[in-house]
Parts: sequence; C-alpha cells; structure tokens
Amino acid sequence: MTTIAIETDAEGFLTHPDDWTRELAEEIAFENGIPLLTRRHWLVVEFMRERYLSTGTAPTIRSLGKESGVPVKELYELFPKGPAKLAAKIGGIPKPRGCI
Amino acid sequence: MNKQKIVILGGGTGGTMTANRLRRRFDEDEAEIHVVDRDNRHVYQPGLLFVPFGLAQTEQIVRPRRRQLRHGIVFHEQEIESVGLDEEVVRLGDGTTLPYDVLVVATGVRLQPEETEGLTGPGWLENVFTFYNVEGAAALQGALERFDGGRLLVNLVDMPIKCPVAPIEFVFLADWYLRERGIRDRTELVLSTPLDGCFTKPIASKHLTYLLEEKRIGLEVEFAAGSVDGNAGILRSYDGRELAFDLLVTVPLHGGAEYVERSPGLGDALGFVPTDPHTLQTAVKPNVFALGDATDVPTSKAGSVTHFEGDVLADNIARFLHGDELESRFDGHANCFIETGFHKALLIDFNYDLEPVPGHYPTAVGLPLLKESRLNHLGKLAFQWAYWHALLPGRELPGIGATMPLAGKRIPAGVAAGRIGATT
Repeated sequence: MTTIAIETDAEGFLTHPDDWTRELAEEIAFENGIPLLTRRHWLVVEFMRERYLSTGTAPTIRSLGKESGVPVKELYELFPKGPAKLAAKIGGIPKPRGCI
Repeated sequence: MNKQKIVILGGGTGGTMTANRLRRRFDEDEAEIHVVDRDNRHVYQPGLLFVPFGLAQTEQIVRPRRRQLRHGIVFHEQEIESVGLDEEVVRLGDGTTLPYDVLVVATGVRLQPEETEGLTGPGWLENVFTFYNVEGAAALQGALERFDGGRLLVNLVDMPIKCPVAPIEFVFLADWYLRERGIRDRTELVLSTPLDGCFTKPIASKHLTYLLEEKRIGLEVEFAAGSVDGNAGILRSYDGRELAFDLLVTVPLHGGAEYVERSPGLGDALGFVPTDPHTLQTAVKPNVFALGDATDVPTSKAGSVTHFEGDVLADNIARFLHGDELESRFDGHANCFIETGFHKALLIDFNYDLEPVPGHYPTAVGLPLLKESRLNHLGKLAFQWAYWHALLPGRELPGIGATMPLAGKRIPAGVAAGRIGATT
C-alpha cells in the first residue's frame, strides 16, 4: 500500500481538483460516513464535478435537485447534513461558495 | 447613431432607474425607451419589513410605476410571454411583439412558496405567513396583533433570497414589538436558517449572533426546511428535524420571473440570468443586459446593489450602442441598514472581495459600521425619501458612490481583501 499526500484545505476539500481520482472519492466518502458510493451517489458526484469543471462554480442544492435527476429529499438521504458540501468534497472540488 | 430601441423588462428599482438614466442620456430621436411590467404598483420593498409591526401602512409604500418614469418613456402594462433571443423580440401577453436593439432584464425575483411541501396548504395565511410581499405583510400584521404568546418561528427556506438580512431584522423587530406589547416573556422567538450561521459573512455573522443572544432569540442553523404542517404547527427539515410553531413567518424560495423559464436560453435552472459580474452584460447575447435581483451575480439581492449596478449599466449600454468596449467597473458593492429594534440599526457595507468589517461609512467621519446606533436607524428611515426622489429618477446620491469605499473601514488582520483597491 502506498500513501500519497494530497493537499486539502482546513475542512478537507481538495486544493487541486486535478488530484482527484475515483479511488480517492471512495476514501473521502468513507471518512465522511458514507461507507459505499452507490450509482445514485456517483450520479450526483459526477454531475457536481462536471458542472464545476465546465463553469467554475458548483451547483447549489436547489439546482442539483432540478438538474441532476436526484430530488432534494433523496440528496439529503444520500449525503446527510449538507448534500452540496459533501458531494463537492467527494468530487474533489472546492467548497461551494455558498450564498450571499 | 440610428434610432435605437431599448426595451426594459420590469418597472421596479432597477428598471425604473435604468429607464430614467438612459432617457436623460439619449435624445428622443436617438433612442426609444420602453418599460414593460405586469402591473402599475411600484413597491418600496424595504418598507415591507415594517408593515407587520404597524410601523408602516401598505398604502405608504406603494406608488404607481408609470409616475416614476420620466417623460418620453413608453410604459406597457402587460404580462411578458417570452423573449425571442434570435429574433430580438419580446412577446407580450396580448399577443403583440416588441422588437429591441438592446434588452435589459430587470424583472427581479418571484416568490415560490408552492415549491416547499405543505407551505401553501392548511394554515397558509392563518398561522403561516411571509412578509415578502404586500399582501403577506398586511395579513401578518393582523396575525401579530392577535398573537398572544407561544412559539414564533422565523424561517428562511433556502438562499438566494432578497435582502438576506431581512429575516434577522424581522426577529429583532419582533423582540421589540413583543416587549412593547408585554408578551415577550410568554414568547419563544426562534430564527432557523439553512446557513451555518445567522448570516452569510463571518464577521457580520459573529456580531449579529451576539445581538441574537443578548435579545434571547434562539438560532437553529443548517436547517434545510423540507415541509410544513400548518395544522400540527410543525416545520420539518430534509434531514428529519422538527421545529414546532404557533406562528410561522417564512421567507419562501426565490426564483426568476416565469417568462425567463419560457424563454429558451435566457435563464439558468432557477430562472436567474447568467450575467457578467463586472460589466452586467449577460452571457446570453451581447445586446442583452441585466441588473438587480434577476441576475446570478454573486452578491446580495438588494436594492442598494441594484442602485450601484445601475450606474455601471447605463454607462455600458451607452458604450455598447457606440461600439465601444464595456467597462468592468461593478465591484459587487452592497450596503444595508439592519434594524435591531428600539430605534437603532446597524450598517454593513461590502463588495465581492471584502466582507462587512467595522469602521465608518463612507469615510472615517460617517455612519458607524457593524455597530448599533440611532443614527443608522434614522438613515434607514430617511432612505425612503431618497429612494423615490433621487434613486429612481437616476440622480446621484451625494457621497454614495457605486464602488465600495475603503476609507473609514478597519480591516481586521487575516480578512481576505482580494482585489479591493483595484477599482476606485
């Protein structure tokens, strides 16, 4: 087993989205209380990541609910507490800037 | 320049101010200016906060839209059906079309209480209210008069909302109101929010949390409201938490205007128009601009922001029509009075890069920032006059510039200052 140091911010969000791999995603999920990433989890994580990489901002929970194909209620079941924050962390993108 | 046709959608703060500024800038043989709105009621929205407490009457905060527009502006009282971006036309509710050379989207936001399960069901306008529109604020005034103690729950469903400080102001004023009525001891007052603090910006959030504690107002954070049961008096979060209420005051979900959703390519998933945060030209088409609550720019949805944007927008429309390069001058400047009750208020001033910090505004001699004072409260009250008589007509407000002033601000060590100072 090899250990690679990955740079994160104080809250555990990857500093460089390019460092991300699917294996790393599974590891981050596990550390954050999601033992197994299902297809529904992946759908959300990949949607978040693609959206961030193409537009430079991560979607909010509401736009996730409207566009990812996973309703808000289910998002909270998949990613307890803060779906947008947790899915961003697992997807290796910065913490959503949140709202103003 | 050939005679241009400028069409402005929305006759609220941003639309009215922009129409008046452009009318002054262009002669009538240079440009036609049209404003479209579905009704003729211009609401002074900051006044809505005061209505539930009997501190303002609805007729004092509503005036005809048409009368706020300068001579030489055509007002269409019409629903907007859709915008045809390729044909460059606006389709109106009566079946007619309005072609444009430049389009300005200024239709603000739409409240969407029906998007939250049960919110408009049993109890709506009985023990569940919003003060975010005239009808709701007036109905809530009656309900507060009848309120005899119990649990008063104030909730914001999710961001973005207009005037993000308003829910906090509401609980501060409710605390004052209930004390005046002698029933504060019998009332549990709670603010619930999906954010991880009472406000979005850390330093201001800390100051405001301290005030909440001082006033014994409960704070429930990271509460993402999922459904309302008006009969049982329960607000439930998506993660299964429950908050009981005798009276619920909610700030419902916000989205863009309906016609934005009916116009392919104009808005994002929530109906907001993707807009360059510094030029206010949209990402949709070069001849489509937007300002105010209708955009997706990352600053507060607030009248002050719209006012500061309006300055940059009018310049950039003129530049666009002359074929000049646009100016990236808007810095996200926002400026809000926060009523704290007992005839006092706080003031915050910030932009895209600098969060609200202590000090004074606009210079070292001025209104205190992030500190309760009577002067700020008077400032908030005086602002209503300035709104109708200076801001909407598009006149400059002395000492209040579009870009955020740094003089007078005390920036604590460690606060990210980004590109502040780059724009003056």
